[in-house]
Amino acid sequence: MATLLAILIGVLYAAGVYLMLRRSLFKLILGLVLLAHGANLLIFTAGGLTRAQPPIIPPDATALPVSSADPLTQALILTAIVIGFSVLAFALVLFHRVYQTSGSDDPDELKVGDR
Amino acid sequence: MNLLLVLPLVIPLLTATFSLLAWRRLAIQRKLAVVGTAALLGGGVALLTLVWTRGIVATQLGAWPAPFGITLVADMFSAIMVVLAGVIGLAVAVYSLASMDEPRESFGYYPLLQILLMGVCGAFLTGDFFNLYVWFEVMLMASFVLLALGGEPDQLRGAIKYVTLNLLASALFLAAVGILYGVTGTLNMADLARKLSAVAEPGTMTALAMLFLMAFGIKAAVFPLFFWLPASYHTPPVAVSAVFAGLLTKVGVYALIRVFTLIFVADAGYTHTLILVIAGLTMVTGVLGAAAQHEFRRILSFHIISQIGYMILGLGLAGLTDSPAISTLALAGSVFYIMHHIIVKTNLFLVSGVAQRLGGSFELKELGGLYRADPGLTVLFLIPALSLAGMPPLSGFFAKLSLVQAGLGAEQYVIVAVALVVGLLTLFSMTKIWAEAFWKAAPADSPRQTLSAAEKRNLLLPIGMLAAMTVTIGLAAEPVFALATRAAEQLTDRDAYIRTVLGEPQ
Repeated sequence: MATLLAILIGVLYAAGVYLMLRRSLFKLILGLVLLAHGANLLIFTAGGLTRAQPPIIPPDATALPVSSADPLTQALILTAIVIGFSVLAFALVLFHRVYQTSGSDDPDELKVGDR
Repeated sequence: MNLLLVLPLVIPLLTATFSLLAWRRLAIQRKLAVVGTAALLGGGVALLTLVWTRGIVATQLGAWPAPFGITLVADMFSAIMVVLAGVIGLAVAVYSLASMDEPRESFGYYPLLQILLMGVCGAFLTGDFFNLYVWFEVMLMASFVLLALGGEPDQLRGAIKYVTLNLLASALFLAAVGILYGVTGTLNMADLARKLSAVAEPGTMTALAMLFLMAFGIKAAVFPLFFWLPASYHTPPVAVSAVFAGLLTKVGVYALIRVFTLIFVADAGYTHTLILVIAGLTMVTGVLGAAAQHEFRRILSFHIISQIGYMILGLGLAGLTDSPAISTLALAGSVFYIMHHIIVKTNLFLVSGVAQRLGGSFELKELGGLYRADPGLTVLFLIPALSLAGMPPLSGFFAKLSLVQAGLGAEQYVIVAVALVVGLLTLFSMTKIWAEAFWKAAPADSPRQTLSAAEKRNLLLPIGMLAAMTVTIGLAAEPVFALATRAAEQLTDRDAYIRTVLGEPQ
């Protein structure tokens, strides 16, 4: 399973970078989305993929059972997803405004005033 | 629970909240901005005093013991950076009163400035990697909006590059954090410093170190990852670029220094050599880029890059010497350089704004005759400009001196030569601004504007204050250097940091 996810993460990263290098602002955004997803899955995989119990202390015990899943990775990913979502929402609006003012989807047209 | 550690986060948060509540009352927002940043400065100074007398302090949020909860840690380096954030915040808030236009003010400029300061202070104070990521995002989000606020075409174009590159850096940082957690099972910096070398293979360690170097390198704008900076920093209003120039890249530098003094120290021969090479290339490309520019703020933007090179130069030297004394000297040089640079660079951006108000442009070609128009401003320009180039007795001289001494001590003669030549080229850039904007006669068609008394006060007061600090740091270099040395000693003494955070004997 870890190998499969590792390949998937690699594909996500490759596709993300490829899209970011295309000459289109829209594909740039999609590339950023894929990179963020790749990073989230990476945390998920790095945290360890095991068939374990939910990390809940049973009523008659005082500590977690040994075979509990690690809840922290999911907390991390959840935070990262929320942050990534808000940042992407902002980026979409920004890119839309740029498209409106410059009338072009081509990042190369943005070089004006960059010399 | 130590209140002083939380104050630098709570003060800007409260100020931002109250500013949002007073959304339509700009007069109140303006007052709040000044009061809030002054309070932040006060809080920072109190924290610095505490750390100076008591050593490193740490507090566990929510009373979860480290390494399980989120830790806030302040050593001298963090505390100095928080004080500087307060200084820059206050200077920019006062400057904004006269320079910020009303549409931007009414769309939340002041609350955003506070949130930016909160993110910056959070990044300086946190002792946990994921928390650092969150503070980075808080800071980035505020900076995105500040950069694009107003929506001028140039701003939007600059913002796209800034947003894209910074999101890319965040994705890399997040991936690095994930792998780090997978390898060690902890994200607390002190816990990592203790565990990582025992757990990870050298190869994994170096790969992780490189990921962090990339992520923080983009944020710090080192060679060859700096292109977003000169493409965006000259587009927003002056007050915004001043606070960006002073604080944002320095958060990246802070993170680099923290990570490469605390955690990735095992393979210093590889990582710190790389840092040293990057430092040299950053210095050279930045200063050469500046030489090719003819726009006031773009010249200054390229100089930020060049100066970042000096700051990480000390970090590289510290890892490449066997002598603890020289290692401490190199890091102290870095810390001193950051202190000097933040004040000077913000000040130069503020001066560029006044020059634009008087001469009607940021283009050096269209400026001129400012010396005749306002001799006082000229003096206020020369102090930070000469300090940037490293003229004695100003602050930049002592910053460069200590780095050069450390470089000679570490027997890295090439990099010392590079640093000295770059200093000379910096002087060349500054004389270019001096000759074009201040000395040459004003172009015949240039608009002549004068400032009202209130504007003059609010624009020149922060500039004068920062210039006075530059002179003071230069004239009283020894006590300031003592602060930097104490910070460097704490950075090299990893055990003390680990002990304070984890609260157990090693």
